[in-house]
Amino acid sequence: MQKYITIIGLEIHIEPNTKSKMFCSCSQNHFGAKPNTQTCPICLGLPGALPIANKEAINKTIKLGLALGSKIFEKSYFYRKHYFYPDLPKSFQTSQKDNPFCVGGELLGKQINHIHLEEDAGKLIHSDNTSLVDFNRSGCALIEIVTEPVFHSVEEVISFTKELQLIAKYLDISSADMEKGTMRLEANISLANSKSQTLNSKLPNYKVELKNINSFKFLEKALNAEIERQTKALDSNEKLVQETRGYDEKTKATFSQRTKADSDDYRYFPEADLPPIHIGELSISNFQFSILELPAKKRLRFEKEFKLSKDYIEILVSDLERANYFEECVKQSSNLAMKPSVKLIADLMINKNLDKEFPEPAGLVAKLYALSHREYAENNTTENAVKQVLSENPEVVISYKNGKGQIIGFLIGQVQKLLKGKGDPKLINSKLVEKLREENF
Amino acid sequence: MINTPLTIKETQDGLKSKKFSAVELVDSYLAQIKKYNSEYNIFLTVTEELAYKKAKELDQIGNFSGPLSGVVTAYKDIFLTKGVRTTAASKILDNYIPQYSATTVKKIEQAGGIIIGKTNCDAFAHGASGENSDYGATFNPWNKEYVTGGSSSGSAGAVSANMSLVSLGSDTGGSTRQPANFCNLVGLKPTYGAISRYGVIAMSSSLDTVGSLAHTVDDIEIMYDVLKGEDGLDGNVVNPKPQTLNPKPRLGIAKEYFIEGLDSEVEKMIDSVKKTYEKIGIEVVELSLPHTKYMVPVYYIVMPAEVSSNLGKFDGIRYGNDRSAFGEEAKRRIMLGSYVLSAGYYDAYFEKAMKVRTKIVGDFNEAFKTVDAIISPVSPTPAFKLGENTNDPLKMYLEDVYTTTANLVGIPALALPSTFSKSGLPIGFQLMGPRFSEYNLFELGKKYHKEIDYKPKTAF
Repeated sequence: MQKYITIIGLEIHIEPNTKSKMFCSCSQNHFGAKPNTQTCPICLGLPGALPIANKEAINKTIKLGLALGSKIFEKSYFYRKHYFYPDLPKSFQTSQKDNPFCVGGELLGKQINHIHLEEDAGKLIHSDNTSLVDFNRSGCALIEIVTEPVFHSVEEVISFTKELQLIAKYLDISSADMEKGTMRLEANISLANSKSQTLNSKLPNYKVELKNINSFKFLEKALNAEIERQTKALDSNEKLVQETRGYDEKTKATFSQRTKADSDDYRYFPEADLPPIHIGELSISNFQFSILELPAKKRLRFEKEFKLSKDYIEILVSDLERANYFEECVKQSSNLAMKPSVKLIADLMINKNLDKEFPEPAGLVAKLYALSHREYAENNTTENAVKQVLSENPEVVISYKNGKGQIIGFLIGQVQKLLKGKGDPKLINSKLVEKLREENF
Repeated sequence: MINTPLTIKETQDGLKSKKFSAVELVDSYLAQIKKYNSEYNIFLTVTEELAYKKAKELDQIGNFSGPLSGVVTAYKDIFLTKGVRTTAASKILDNYIPQYSATTVKKIEQAGGIIIGKTNCDAFAHGASGENSDYGATFNPWNKEYVTGGSSSGSAGAVSANMSLVSLGSDTGGSTRQPANFCNLVGLKPTYGAISRYGVIAMSSSLDTVGSLAHTVDDIEIMYDVLKGEDGLDGNVVNPKPQTLNPKPRLGIAKEYFIEGLDSEVEKMIDSVKKTYEKIGIEVVELSLPHTKYMVPVYYIVMPAEVSSNLGKFDGIRYGNDRSAFGEEAKRRIMLGSYVLSAGYYDAYFEKAMKVRTKIVGDFNEAFKTVDAIISPVSPTPAFKLGENTNDPLKMYLEDVYTTTANLVGIPALALPSTFSKSGLPIGFQLMGPRFSEYNLFELGKKYHKEIDYKPKTAF
């Protein structure tokens, strides 16, 4: 039995792929844009500016909540969350607190506390002795998924995060790309002594927040390094403190960024500039209708319908475009007289990457058709060609008769050459054998 | 110099009949400003160039059909004016040149209005006397020893000193109505959500409204027609269904309004207002607003909380000056507000205040089931002397006892000049109605003014 039980809770930020920012009409997509070219009085927090809530971002948040089985509040509010930072121009972040859009829900058996919508801060760029602020990201919409502290291994965290990423892509909510920062993760980690605590008992009296995790590789390394650090500390009876830590790729260890005295005081209060958002029953049922098949369901269906191996299913389902491509190929090829197996289609995609070669499913289906419906030379033509080759190569025939059976391959090649490659290899073989038997030289 | 008319109609009639030109109007107002501004400290910035530019444009076109064509307008210095310094009367923004104009500034410009300048006020609109301006107090044109009221001190001063025909103020707890009342003007605090606040430097986001000041109810109505309605930039603004006044309107007076500290002349005036309405066949009944006593405490929790949040952006990184440039009152409100929002105190103060605010709204919903509007004093006394209340912030806060109501409840309130005190200071009252009942209040206000044969007057 392990000495400690790992307890991890996640806060995952997803930048939705909306057209505009959370509260103004500046572009939401800031990737690669020249600094401070996508700003306005609202996202710069200039005096007198007021926010207008982005409906598209709200819709996407609710869509995600419904997909994860969350309860959707009929009346939802925005709150002001106050803290000082040079990249936060209003001195508060407009976020949610009581009555966020979605509460509860689960994914892969892991409970979600809530999902809320907020705005992003700008970006600080440090160089030499100066720090610059880029406000392109300021005010961008951000969906935050907060889980319960229910993860007990790094593997669980990774599969949950990957599945969430996949769902975000399926729902067309976000590119959920960790490297590009459209998906970011913070993990709260603590260790409980497995002797004194069971999984259901009280949580340890500290937690360490690991911040700015921007790739799955990084995520695994950082979590493992932190678990190792905490294990060592507890082994040597050290007291662990509530703090925020980062991960250093060079030292392969986490380092302290900020210790938290008690809890932060963000002085939350309702944002009067944004009236409460009412989400009627009707619009919720409309959303439910528009949520397509999610990855988990697709996996089950692919298994049942196509009887593919688990590996194949995972490869296809993990890429919605590929899964759709595959299904389109199956559908289109089912009309062919000589119906190719779905296994062959999957093979050609996964092992031969034919879906890359033919951007349209119809292309791959045409290729399948060509393979299965090759127009061989007719029976008579084949027989004549066989006769001709045999008469032109008497010495080979003699060799064959003397027991050199393998030389038949040469003869097949000669027939094929005569037929310009249109011969059916099976038919040529049988005709040759037949003639060689007949001709009793 | 021409004698500038005191109403929009007379101004536009004069322009249309070529009795005078828009440029001549501007000449006259500017002459008045030059003559008296240094003495009364009404304008922080005079936009002479812009005024002449617009006036020449109007004269050239020769068409004065815009609803505010040729109407010279002064703006409280918390209205952002693109390219024109906007300070909020705080040294923090001493050199701030806005990149955009407020919706209301644009609307007035489009309606043909002429900007004449930016007026003094209590810094960040914090105050009820005008004395909290970092640029010095404004003096009441009716009597220099007295305050104009605040926070829209200069906006009231400008109109009553004939430096501008109309003006915009803001009203978060009475900041338009109280100075209107101290300066013999009509002042409107509209329904929260009737006029866009976009581009007005925020004080208290759930209470702030754009106020207007003029000599007559007619002019306030013309301004309201121009200013109201959705602009797509203030999420709280809606276009409501028009309301019509009950053919047999009923007015109410709350018994809770007759408190200790209510000046006897003000009390007498309220009684005469009641009699005037009764004389023209409008019934006036007594009613009860049981939560009236909580008005000021609730206001002084909600307002500073929102102030502390809205002033956070002036963190010394942007806008030129650091936080030491904040005045005493701003600092007091930032501290009060941060305190009532802090963990451990939020429930006891902010949360509780919000609950009481809901009760207050309930009082009014109940009252408006039986009456169409409520008659109330604007402030407990006529204008007080400069320095009289400055050493006692609590006494100053009590100035807001009658005005904060309309802000906490989100309803419209129209301050109307009525008479003058024995010492020659203006006294008036206000009418409060249900949300979006502005036109009903205008109608009731006009009926009153007609009956008392009210004539617009400037101090000089």
